[in-house]
Amino acid sequence: MDSSLITNKVQCGLTTPLDRRSKELRQLIIRTVEAGRRGHIASAFSLVEILRVLYDEILRYDPQNPTWPARDRCILSKGHGCLALYAILADKGFFPQSELWKFCKSDGILGGHPERGKVPGVEASTGSLGHGLSIGIGLALNAGRDRSGHRVFVIVSDGESNEGSVWEAALCAGKHKLSNLTVLVDYNKCQSYGTTFEVLNLEPFADKWTAFGFSVKEVDGHNLEELRTALSQLPLASDKPSVIICHTVKGKGIRYMENNLEWHHKNKVSDEEISSLLVALEGY
Amino acid sequence: MRQVCLNMVYELAKKDERIVFIGSDLGVGTLKQFKLEMPGRFFMEGVSEANLIGMAAGFAMEGKIVYVNTIATFLTRRCFEQIALDLCLHRVNVRLIGNGGGLVYAPLGPTHLAIEDIAIMRALPNMAIVAPADAEEMRRLMPLTVNYPGPLYIRLAKGSDPVVTTDQTPLEIGKAVLMQEGSDALLVTTGVMLKAALEAASLLATKGIEVAVLHMPTVKPLDADTIAEQADRVSVIVTMEEHSVIGGLGSAVAEVIAEGNFNASKRFKRLGIRDLFPEKYGSQDSLMTHCGLTAHSAVSTIEQLLEVSDRPTV
Repeated sequence: MDSSLITNKVQCGLTTPLDRRSKELRQLIIRTVEAGRRGHIASAFSLVEILRVLYDEILRYDPQNPTWPARDRCILSKGHGCLALYAILADKGFFPQSELWKFCKSDGILGGHPERGKVPGVEASTGSLGHGLSIGIGLALNAGRDRSGHRVFVIVSDGESNEGSVWEAALCAGKHKLSNLTVLVDYNKCQSYGTTFEVLNLEPFADKWTAFGFSVKEVDGHNLEELRTALSQLPLASDKPSVIICHTVKGKGIRYMENNLEWHHKNKVSDEEISSLLVALEGY
Repeated sequence: MRQVCLNMVYELAKKDERIVFIGSDLGVGTLKQFKLEMPGRFFMEGVSEANLIGMAAGFAMEGKIVYVNTIATFLTRRCFEQIALDLCLHRVNVRLIGNGGGLVYAPLGPTHLAIEDIAIMRALPNMAIVAPADAEEMRRLMPLTVNYPGPLYIRLAKGSDPVVTTDQTPLEIGKAVLMQEGSDALLVTTGVMLKAALEAASLLATKGIEVAVLHMPTVKPLDADTIAEQADRVSVIVTMEEHSVIGGLGSAVAEVIAEGNFNASKRFKRLGIRDLFPEKYGSQDSLMTHCGLTAHSAVSTIEQLLEVSDRPTV
């Protein structure tokens, strides 16, 4: 692949500014990490705007009745990004914010990966990659069969797209023309060991989804307007599943964390690191 | 047995709108009537087993009861993680119908032999395992699977196994079936091995040895109480299964006996497939014989153990 194209994709989202709400959600994530002293912080930070637009403007749900049958189903298949999901679910009142302060603790419901049945608003237990899309297909087929009209959203990561099961599922979604299913890819281009280009290149990524029968749109995954526009146009085609490839930045919101592989997962996070993160975020 | 099982899925689906069928790339015409009459609940999704399991979990999360069918090894080996997480962790009502449990696919070689399926399914929390003895038992089992809570693995034997149970044979998921009583030895089996076990018991009866035969159509949850109760009455216990000796019925029974803390000593032996990939082809029967899974080997095993246990202690 042309190196300038790679550069363009990696650059996408780097300069996108963050507003007050985006910073506050990230603060909530940092406070959650402070409680648990660990977490996939950078993987959560690339997700914040995607989840924010979904939960603020797109999804139909009732925090007081998380299993409301008519709700839209949203699966965070990249379960390691759960810090961002927990922040938005707490923000929306699915559970009290005080639960965040028990992150990864024995008396809490919020673990390092999200679990259905434990956490109100979590549709599927994820953490091992490559499971959410197949589950989402079952949900979407069922919704179509029952004509219940709700929609299904599955958020996958780029590293997750290394999994063969993602592409088994993609074939299946394409076959069934699941227009009530939308995949959002958090394409931050960093996996654990290195960049996605080095570890297992996904490009041409959009072409792959197209070839599997999806209608594809690419957006800056930190640009609220672009996300809003794409998500309010769903389905992108009336007879196909949709995929929105969100070009994001791993660690978005903390300059020294951005695209820094050291931040994929952190444990034993110190008070000093927490303070430094909060300061860096505020100055972003 | 397979035909009866799939026909029952069709019959049950006609009566219960919650029932959904998902196959991989099964033989042409499989469940043709189901597809014709209930196309919205029939899915044939190709050689993508991992995806089938996730899909099934999605349907089940919405209240459906999903029957998934393909070759047993492709379900249990290939989809182990999907079964563990999508099905068992979520405790959803998905029934895995595994074709060719044991040595059924002998001519096709080790890629197709399901010889550790019970072991790995048994290790998963929330998973239940059933292995009927014949088509008759399968016919009675299938209605019980509809409302059974949580995931269930249904181990199928080959198509035309001899029928050894009757419509009078009791059947309840989670319960052992005492096929015949005996005070000298206890033979515990599951699946189609019941036939060989009953034969062994008859052969031994002609020699004046009374063998109790305990059939375990459910391997998990294991009816440990009945096993312990029967084991308590005899000095010799032998298990017999078309499965590896590691982790299957034999291991499960050994665990019960080891923790049974019986006052009298017991002699115990597992008959099953040694810890290897069977190296021969041939028929299921010839491979079973090769692996020592015959009525005669059960007879000689029980006789040997009885001789040892009858030997006066010094």
